[in-house]
Amino acid sequence: MSARIGVVTFPGTLDDQDARRAVTAAGADAQVLWHKDADLHGVDAIVLPGGFSYGDYLRCGAIARFAPVMELVCEAAERGMPVLGICNGFQVLCEAHLLPGALVRNTGQTFRCEDKPLIVDNADTAWTSRFERGQRIIIPLKHGEGSYQATPADLERLEGEGRVVFRYDGDNPNGSANNIAGVTNAQGNVVGLMPHPEHAIEVGFGPDTPTGIRRGLDGLEMFRSVLDALAG
Amino acid sequence: MPIHREGDNMGRIVVDIMPKPEILDPQGKAILQALPRLGVDNFVAVRQGKRFELSVSGEVTDEDLQRAREAATTLLSNPIIEDVVAVRRDEDAQ
Repeated sequence: MSARIGVVTFPGTLDDQDARRAVTAAGADAQVLWHKDADLHGVDAIVLPGGFSYGDYLRCGAIARFAPVMELVCEAAERGMPVLGICNGFQVLCEAHLLPGALVRNTGQTFRCEDKPLIVDNADTAWTSRFERGQRIIIPLKHGEGSYQATPADLERLEGEGRVVFRYDGDNPNGSANNIAGVTNAQGNVVGLMPHPEHAIEVGFGPDTPTGIRRGLDGLEMFRSVLDALAG
Repeated sequence: MPIHREGDNMGRIVVDIMPKPEILDPQGKAILQALPRLGVDNFVAVRQGKRFELSVSGEVTDEDLQRAREAATTLLSNPIIEDVVAVRRDEDAQ
């Protein structure tokens, strides 16, 4: 039986269909999860996709954190279930305290939308095991509030424990501390990142790479990684 | 949920929240750059925060203030990036 990966839809979520498509492309079954759901429909892993949940009112992710389904997501994450937060999903994970830090408005005051090289800094999480540490991958990003900030103590702990998962290579697009694009929790089952791996899973629709136009498939490896972890 | 009726006194609590000084405030910076275009050129820094107005039916009690402080630190602000600078009775409210 193939693994079942839930993709949560909040009001204002945009990339839930793309995330389900990525899950399917990796070889798993995609399960729709609604923000008001009172159970997780037997999923083995969860993706919080990108968008503007609840219109980004108050702060990005601040209202979504209190959605009924999030209580279940937090419980499951604490039990060790793999959880991936992409863009707005990363913001939700930070607001829900499943990951440290917060994401604030880009320092350059502009919305950034581009194919972005990242360096994989931790290849031991549930979502990055198919990468090598130090590997350079290309994943699209598109956000106006992606500047990762944390207290000096949290930053020191993240760096000391190797919990920075991805860093921007070259130009820092948003002013993130230490060029951080993604982080993980202490157990390595919860990962959040601002770039969008679900937009780099299919030839013809991915980022440009040295091998050709729109041929980047690096995002697919994240969804394959979690299947390895579940089969583990 | 108490419903406000015509003629009731409605008390109000004001909560002010600001980005932490060490967090860059790109919105404040954009406003600062726009002001001289209006001929307002005497300000050297602008920071943008948030004001919340929490209303109760009747007078604001100490318990209301306590609950407002809880709300201010748990939902209304994110302590990693923001400071609650004031939680106070709005004396002008009626």
